[in-house]
Amino acid sequence: MTALLEIDDVAVRFAVRSNLLTEIGLMPPAVIEAVSGVSLKIEAGETYGIVGESGSGKTTLARAVAGLHHASAGSIRYKGTELRGLPESRFRPLRRDIVMMFQDPVGSLSPRLTIKSLITEPFRIQGMKDRDMEAEAARLLSMVGLPQEFAGRHPHQLSGGQARRVGVARALALDPKLLIADEPTAGLDVSIQGEMLNLLARLQDELGLAIMIITHNLNVVRHITDRVGIMYLGKLVEEGPTEDIFSSPLHPYTLALLAANPEPNPDAELQRIELQGEPPSILNRPTGCEFHTRCPFAQADCEADTPVWTATSTAHNHRCHFPEIWNEQRQPTEHAN
Amino acid sequence: MMAAPVLDIQNLSVRYTTERGNLQALRGVNLTIPEKSIVGIVGESGCGKSTLISTIIQLLANNAKITSGDILFKGESLLDKSEKQLRGLRGTEMSMVFQDPMQTHNPVLTIGRQMIDIQYRDPLSKADKRQRAAEMLTLVGIPDANQRLDQFPHEFSGGMRQRIAIAMALMAQPSLLIADEPTTALDATLEVQIIKRLRELQAEIGCSILFISHHLGVIAELCDSVIVMYAGEAIEQGSVRDVFHTPAHPYTRALLQCDPGNIKEKTRNLPTIPGEIPDLVNLSPGCIFQSRCAQTIPQCAVAHPEFHTSKTGHVAACHLLQPEVQAQ
Repeated sequence: MTALLEIDDVAVRFAVRSNLLTEIGLMPPAVIEAVSGVSLKIEAGETYGIVGESGSGKTTLARAVAGLHHASAGSIRYKGTELRGLPESRFRPLRRDIVMMFQDPVGSLSPRLTIKSLITEPFRIQGMKDRDMEAEAARLLSMVGLPQEFAGRHPHQLSGGQARRVGVARALALDPKLLIADEPTAGLDVSIQGEMLNLLARLQDELGLAIMIITHNLNVVRHITDRVGIMYLGKLVEEGPTEDIFSSPLHPYTLALLAANPEPNPDAELQRIELQGEPPSILNRPTGCEFHTRCPFAQADCEADTPVWTATSTAHNHRCHFPEIWNEQRQPTEHAN
Repeated sequence: MMAAPVLDIQNLSVRYTTERGNLQALRGVNLTIPEKSIVGIVGESGCGKSTLISTIIQLLANNAKITSGDILFKGESLLDKSEKQLRGLRGTEMSMVFQDPMQTHNPVLTIGRQMIDIQYRDPLSKADKRQRAAEMLTLVGIPDANQRLDQFPHEFSGGMRQRIAIAMALMAQPSLLIADEPTTALDATLEVQIIKRLRELQAEIGCSILFISHHLGVIAELCDSVIVMYAGEAIEQGSVRDVFHTPAHPYTRALLQCDPGNIKEKTRNLPTIPGEIPDLVNLSPGCIFQSRCAQTIPQCAVAHPEFHTSKTGHVAACHLLQPEVQAQ
């Protein structure tokens, strides 16, 4: 049984710093690998969370899946069809199935168009002219819980939460199978964030949609995702069922992320894991395990040996040499507190 | 005798003249920031946080007008000061850190050049200014400060850029640092780093911090006291313990319940506050939160609630807190 989306060892590379020598081909251009060796699977109807700091490659990965960046290596298969290297003419029909909701909700809506033409634009782009646009607009507005009179309005007349609902309506116009949502709740207040996530959950149940959600809000991830992948320097350091990741992380970066999540309780007893130093530059990746420069549990081997992507029996995968050793190490300190 | 608070705002009201009429952006806001304290402001977008900041630094838009109240900075009214005097305060006595560390710095100048430039008021030599810039970078935890000064903003990570912004804001040893959602763009590990650093610096420099955020967890961790704003009013304030453990206003309670960090059981149906923020051009009489409140009583529709203060100084504006109503 093939999964809805299968990503295997995918890399996305960008050339940087071209100069005269690289232009005339005397020198190969410097290359950064924004996404490197990423493998994951998303099943139909599943919610998959991608977590990681700004610059860790989350958005680049999402854009590669949506066909907006070319993957430089590896394989991205949708229902078994290889997407990598697919010409645009053959990718376009697939865009009915794989849709993307962009980060900036207001900026991604053309200010000159009415809400009605914005949410029916996907039909025109896909050449579905036989559709009754009035009826489709009415259906989509009610689907995302916006009043019908919004059809005649323009984006600047909407609040941030309403603009996001329009974004959802646009994305779901063609009844897709996979929705990629890039930071769908960034900058929203907790109440409106809740409305947005409830809407996505309801639509997922009604339409059987798979959702790939990119966020750095761990509280959101914990509630709404089935599986989650943690990215660091363009690589997945760990991925697996959300409950497993939160209860027994297998990579120290995940542990540090979870421990750093501030709780809305002034008396919370926090057991922070201090990370040393700074996130390294992607232009100058550390040797061995790329997290060793900041890892509180790093061993001598970590600097030299590159850890491989390891699968466990529970479909919980990680990229750490010694998950057992550091998990044991941290136990005594927890009891001491 | 107690020293005057760094900032003391009493009964502040600000309105904007708009095409639709007067928009009452702030109404009767009280806010006190004692010396060496960290005060947090929480509230949804549109609650007046930004207007409040612009009023404090006296950089309001042209269509804004202060209709009542006063802002005392170290005991002196800012409203009486000339533009020249205000300029002398901004950047030296009060300074600011903004939301987006990626866009705070000039991309075509080195960090060192920018840090030297902002010391233009000081009669020091360039070498001394550079030395001070390096010291500040070290203070905010950036290693190899001297070499780093010659680098450009893009050569630093997001967390470092935000710490550089903090270093620059603290360079003149201000009495008040205003931080407007300084950690929203960062991941959780860097967010914690910034919060910890802010706390240490605050103790070291002895300044006060006004910290604006809608991340309740960050406020709980960093601040001594917190002010909850809703639709232009400061509806509740008190110590973080009082406000987070025994919220007195129904809006604060709803806000805390909505935070997914407060919900232990995994759920796909998150709580929300139904309804929307009222229109600040056509304000209806009574309590500002009545249209979305689950516990309204007849008074809420007619009278604006008074502030009630508890023994611990926990203030909230809600009719339910009146002794007569409580007795029922």
